[in-house]
Amino acid sequence: MQTQFAGPVVLALAAALLFSAGNAMADERRGAILANTCFSCHGTDGHSAGAMPSIDGKSADYIVETLMRFRDGSKPSTVMVRIAKGFTDEEIRMLAAYFSGGK
Amino acid sequence: MTKTSIRIGRRRFNTLLAAAAAAPFAAPYVAKAATAKVVVIGGGFGGATAAKYLRRFDSGLEVTLIEPNETFVTCPFSNTVIGGVNPIGRITHGYDGLRRHGVTVVQDLAAAIDAERKEVRLAGGSAVPYDRLIVSPGIDFKWGAIEGADESIVEKIPHAWKAGAQTTLLRRQLEAMPDGGVFVISPPDNPFRCPPGPGERISMVAHYFKTHKPKSKIIALDPKKSFSKQGLFKQGWEQLYPGMIDYRNLENDGRVVRVDADTMTLHTDFGEVAGDVVNFIPPQQAGRIAQESGLADNTRWCPVQPATFESALVPGIHVIGDATIAAPMPKSGFAASTQAKVAAAAIASVLNGQDPAAPKFVNTCYSLVAPDYGISVAGVYNVQDGKIVELEGAGGLSPGDADHSFRQREADYARGWYDSITQDIFG
Repeated sequence: MQTQFAGPVVLALAAALLFSAGNAMADERRGAILANTCFSCHGTDGHSAGAMPSIDGKSADYIVETLMRFRDGSKPSTVMVRIAKGFTDEEIRMLAAYFSGGK
Repeated sequence: MTKTSIRIGRRRFNTLLAAAAAAPFAAPYVAKAATAKVVVIGGGFGGATAAKYLRRFDSGLEVTLIEPNETFVTCPFSNTVIGGVNPIGRITHGYDGLRRHGVTVVQDLAAAIDAERKEVRLAGGSAVPYDRLIVSPGIDFKWGAIEGADESIVEKIPHAWKAGAQTTLLRRQLEAMPDGGVFVISPPDNPFRCPPGPGERISMVAHYFKTHKPKSKIIALDPKKSFSKQGLFKQGWEQLYPGMIDYRNLENDGRVVRVDADTMTLHTDFGEVAGDVVNFIPPQQAGRIAQESGLADNTRWCPVQPATFESALVPGIHVIGDATIAAPMPKSGFAASTQAKVAAAAIASVLNGQDPAAPKFVNTCYSLVAPDYGISVAGVYNVQDGKIVELEGAGGLSPGDADHSFRQREADYARGWYDSITQDIFG
């Protein structure tokens, strides 16, 4: 029994792992698409060329918390309160993953 | 049963491997054996962004940008040049950055698109083949739509709505104007490039007059009932330039029906206004090559599929920027650049055999009411049921009751936006 099912079980497990890797990859691509639009103000990859704050290399926790506080208005801002309101929790997490580079 | 499972498992495995090899959007990444050719027409906010980001998304792509000019002068911040705040060099960008990213820049005019043969014919005579084409033609003017407003007037009555020589011409005219003169500006009807642009231009000219020619006046003749950021602009004008600006909208005989360049006079439905300097901004449509290539519909603008910005009329060709019908997104440089990234990502995905990721768009338009007084309008957009939808509750205008430090910060952020976006595109 054990031997007979070993092959399929291993393959099924590998497939499941790859399937979730596929999902993670789709999330990563979606995160990149979302993040690209931030570059116009915050610079390429979040590295600002001027007066806008840079966001590259900030921790994921910091980015999530900051965006959520912009969104609920508890952190004062000029424009981010208006922009953050257009993003869901999931989208905020994808952005944080992108800009933090996994930190 | 067992055999089937294994077969499915293996097929899934291979599919995922193939996807994994070809997928992530982080550069640099694996080049493919067969090189796909993507051609971009137009080196403005849309086209230059698309060319750079195609290479960023897939360094295996052969990307060619076709642009007749050696440098690009941005419409954003051109009002600061007209107001004497910045020199033209501050808003002029070259294409060396794109070359460094591996884009082939062909300095020539795209004369025609042959969608059957999949090639772009250049004014210089040669042809550039493509697998996918991005067209970012910007706007052209509807010359002759208003009596007397044909192309022959532009050296006397500049539009300055395509930045460059027209920008410096309008600046020189304002410099030559005596104190106590009248500047007349006529914004176009909707839709047009940069909806808050006329308000900002009035502001920058008013700033120049206030600091150099304080007896001068500004008269605006607008065929619309209202204009972008109207409340914020008017609040700023009353505070900073009281009594200087006479803004006449449709209901106050603001519609220009005839332009007389000889007498420097704009005729309205019921009257006429003469100026020492006249800035008539003509009604607009998608750029020439879009009209000639079947990319524009009977509105004279280009319908697109919002998730990829592929033309709704000609498959395999993507249209981005001001030329497109992308409302509720405005015709702005920011919007064009965002659309360019979505189109570039979609093309990279399709050429790698993947479905494009669902896009989301953001736009922020800053305007300077004075060098230390900025205002903004923002929007966040999703694609829902094949349409671009502005998210309710998000975006909107700067608050009306903001204090001076808020306006000062938005002016700083306006410059910060400019520095970042031009670096993102041309750097």
